[in-house]
Amino acid sequence: MTAAVALERVSCEFGSGPNRVRAVDAIDLALEPGEFFTLLGPSGSGKTTCLRMIGGFTLPAAGRILIGGVDMTMQPPYARPVNTVFQDYALFPHMTVRENVAYALMVRGTGKAERERRADALLDMVRLPGLGERRPAQLSGGQRQRVALARALINQPQVLLLDEPLGALDLKLREQMQGELKALQKSLGITFLFITHDQHEALSMSDRIGVIDRGRLEQVGTPRAIYDTPATRFVARFVGAANLLDGEPARRLTGHAAALLRPERIGLANGHDARATGTVTDVQYYGAFLRVTVDVGGARISADLAAAGALPEPGAQVALRWDAGAVHPLAADAR
Amino acid sequence: MAVALTWPPPPTRFGLLRRVSDRLYRTPRLLLALLLVPPLLWFGVFYLGSLFTLLANAFFQIDEYSGRVVRELTLKNFAALAEPANLDVALRTVTMAALVTLASVGLGFPVAHYMARHTSGATKALCYIAVMLPLWSSYLVRVYAWKLLLAKEGAVSWLAAQLHLGWLLDALLALPVVGGNSLSFSPLGTFVVFVYLWLPFMILPIQAAIERIPSSLLEASGDLGAAPHETFRSVILPLAWPGVAAGSILTFSLTLGDYIVPQVIGDSTLFIGQVVSLQQGVAGNIPFAAAFSLVPIVVVGAYLWFVKRQGAFDAL
Repeated sequence: MTAAVALERVSCEFGSGPNRVRAVDAIDLALEPGEFFTLLGPSGSGKTTCLRMIGGFTLPAAGRILIGGVDMTMQPPYARPVNTVFQDYALFPHMTVRENVAYALMVRGTGKAERERRADALLDMVRLPGLGERRPAQLSGGQRQRVALARALINQPQVLLLDEPLGALDLKLREQMQGELKALQKSLGITFLFITHDQHEALSMSDRIGVIDRGRLEQVGTPRAIYDTPATRFVARFVGAANLLDGEPARRLTGHAAALLRPERIGLANGHDARATGTVTDVQYYGAFLRVTVDVGGARISADLAAAGALPEPGAQVALRWDAGAVHPLAADAR
Repeated sequence: MAVALTWPPPPTRFGLLRRVSDRLYRTPRLLLALLLVPPLLWFGVFYLGSLFTLLANAFFQIDEYSGRVVRELTLKNFAALAEPANLDVALRTVTMAALVTLASVGLGFPVAHYMARHTSGATKALCYIAVMLPLWSSYLVRVYAWKLLLAKEGAVSWLAAQLHLGWLLDALLALPVVGGNSLSFSPLGTFVVFVYLWLPFMILPIQAAIERIPSSLLEASGDLGAAPHETFRSVILPLAWPGVAAGSILTFSLTLGDYIVPQVIGDSTLFIGQVVSLQQGVAGNIPFAAAFSLVPIVVVGAYLWFVKRQGAFDAL
């Protein structure tokens, strides 16, 4: 099957001379048709640069970019069958909402009646019926986001690129939009490339995730694979909370040279099944759970405990337990 | 473990300045009033006052024998404006102002676009200096310098001759209406000098308008299939339009009111500014000068109404 988008050894550099920065470093990546793929990474990791190279706004220094099997490495944005939802939405302030949505059709020379009919249909789809006459400035952030989405979808692109589209929305609205985006992607069946630094967003929405750091892809896999079996320390630390054990404590507690132990997989032992004992140094309240930090012979281990019943106080001696399967070994010399 | 933090005690004695600050902080309207009264007084008394005096004078007339202003309301001055000779002056000036404005947009837009989108840091500062450098020297010096440049034996005709383009210059000067004896004695020369003088006033507002367009809008336009020329027409131009309007109001009204340039460079035909200057200075006919100077005000007012109707201020 032809990949919807394929990056082959793609690199990108900014600046010149001593200030030169390699934003993307020889990345290989293939997006399958119809999948919801998320590039997850911290700010400055190169995830937005990847999206911009696929959109055609930034040209790579090396490598090839194929869209639907066609080499588009050096094509300008207007020649590529992909559309983008920008982080700041980039709605045209001098046009009405309907004109914004119909922009791609106007550029292609579609007749006015047809343009308006299709723009209104898309506005219905993103649940903004009847707002076509408004200006972007008269809309709320969430509404603008939907307009940007409708505008990017009107050309029926093979691939939709979304650059942290939910970043500016408040938490409740963001969660609602996450669900809607996912449902929309399923019903349209087009490939979504979603950029975010929010691990929760990535885990809950994606078919597959690519974790990127310092211009390199650290791991590509399903959300479950990324979370349960991270390939590197960076992935283990960046996605979810993590106890990273090294050296002597790692060998003593897990039998591996280095290992990952998720806090929610650790519980309080009741006598016979204790794997470690130590002193509580800190207790943080999160509502649904408590994060208890325990000093186990020099290693600090966090455990997420259900916030019910008798709970340990700082200074208390506790015994911890976990299943053997909760331990994920890591390479000792991994980054 | 508790860390002992100590704060210095709050100051107890306040000076007069501090009390004034506190008072103004609590009553922001008072502060606003204090800040606005001086400019409003200035604007009201000197600007609006003189404008109304001008307007009133336009309805008076001059006693033809004594040369004194007769303070009786009359429309005689406005009837005189409609005489062919005066209409001719008004029409010539407005045409010149319109052409100078068009040429300034044509020359200024690419410069403004380059400055706004393709320069940063030191290059941008250099561009600002280059655009504004002419404004650092006296206007009169520059106008007389142009007279020398454009003279029959001047640098421009010398350069044309060196480039074997003397025939082109002669052909331009042989044109009816705009041509003349030499560039410095032709409406063509007047036009060139006007464009030179007012170009910075066109470049800067356009540059500011283009700079305010987020680059993501241009990327979005390209992303949606628009080639660069379509992005220019559908996004850059409409959003730069307020800058073009602001710049054109400057170049248009500056040309309408100028009386030095056509006097130094050009054939001896008159422009509005010259007539106003002659009428109130040489002829002492202040009422007629006042009536004539209302022409640019009315024309600029009409022009503002026109650009507003074109939607120039919608994007503000």
